Amino acid sequence: MSATRPGHKPKCKRCRNPAVVQLHSHHTAFCRDCFLLYFQRQVQRAIDGERMFSREEPVLVAVSGGKDSLALWDVLQLLGYRTTGLHLNLGIGAYSVLSRTKTEAFARERGLPLLQVDFGAEGHAIADVVGLTRRPACSACGTAKRHHFDRIAMEHGFPVVATGHNLDDEAARLLGNVLRWDMNYLARQSPVLAPSHEKFARKVKPLFRLSEYETAVYAFLRRIDYVIEECPNAAGASQLLYKDVLQRLEAEMPGTKQNFVLEFYRRARSQLFAGNLEAPTTCSRCGLPSHRPVCRFCSLLDEVAAKRQGVRPLAQTSS
Amino acid sequence: MRVVLLPSREEVELRGGCRVGDLLRELQLLPGTVLVIRDDEMLTTEDVVNDSDTVEIRRVISGGARKRNPLC
Ligand code: SF4
Ligand SMILES: [Zn+2]
Ligand SMILES: [Zn+2]
Repeated sequence: MSATRPGHKPKCKRCRNPAVVQLHSHHTAFCRDCFLLYFQRQVQRAIDGERMFSREEPVLVAVSGGKDSLALWDVLQLLGYRTTGLHLNLGIGAYSVLSRTKTEAFARERGLPLLQVDFGAEGHAIADVVGLTRRPACSACGTAKRHHFDRIAMEHGFPVVATGHNLDDEAARLLGNVLRWDMNYLARQSPVLAPSHEKFARKVKPLFRLSEYETAVYAFLRRIDYVIEECPNAAGASQLLYKDVLQRLEAEMPGTKQNFVLEFYRRARSQLFAGNLEAPTTCSRCGLPSHRPVCRFCSLLDEVAAKRQGVRPLAQTSS
Repeated sequence: MRVVLLPSREEVELRGGCRVGDLLRELQLLPGTVLVIRDDEMLTTEDVVNDSDTVEIRRVISGGARKRNPLC
């Protein structure tokens, strides 16, 4: 194995042409075409191996405009799946405007169908919700996102929702869950989450075998114009710390991240949680999956409405 | 050599004539966490960068949600 020996231009492991991508975790290197082929095969392997969906099933792809979700949409389309994008306009200032512009351009250039939900038009732009309720942005955002993914999938008859989570996302999340031994979160961390009811969609993560570096390389080599900037609410200190720790382990012990995540899925998860998953019921308001009588999203809307009403009389008296 | 770091858009002037691997070590970056781009082409750690180059270093690791939110 001399693909990456110092001072030597690495060669593609498959065709021996000059390599442009080095994958240190796999002690290998690829030229452009062979990397794209490798990437597609990893995605296909994830889909088939976990029985995520078939070629006949319409797949709703959650697209934020970032590298992972656009790479996912691109590769699923190349592999011949029936995809529709779903973009949620979160209402987080300039970041949301840019995300929407890039997502729309991607869909337009490829002639792909794109559905959109505008949080502002729905009365719960994340910036407003945070201002009114003082909830942490990401908790309100996650609740609303989950609701709209479920709702759109149900209304439009999609049996599957695919998200762009990669190996690093899964590894960081797994490390966080293990450090807290959060059994509820651990039980629900899976590349395929079966629906609790036949009218709901299953959630799948076709990129879970591929690292964040690999999805970035794929997006670059496929000339995908994605949002490089991050959400201003992101940079969650713990998430980045977990990723950094894992990356340093990976540099010393290549393959660590992959073993950590894939072996959790392959062996540990099924032993820990065989039949132990608490099945959710449905929300009495919106009818979507919920562990409580009124789901988190409907409760959030109640809170926003209450605050809005509480604010109005004050504004009137001051005028 | 001009080095542009993304997404922060920070810029630094560094001496060229070294391998990308050395450049990353100097900047304390691990190879699997960034894309190194020159003239719209990706570079490997063995490529040599020169004084007259402009090199873009694009961080690929994103932070995700601040609160535990698996959907971000
Ligand atoms: S980081 Fe931004 S997009 Fe992600 S959950 Fe938080 S608010 Fe939503
Ligand atoms: Zn090749
Ligand atoms: Zn509800």
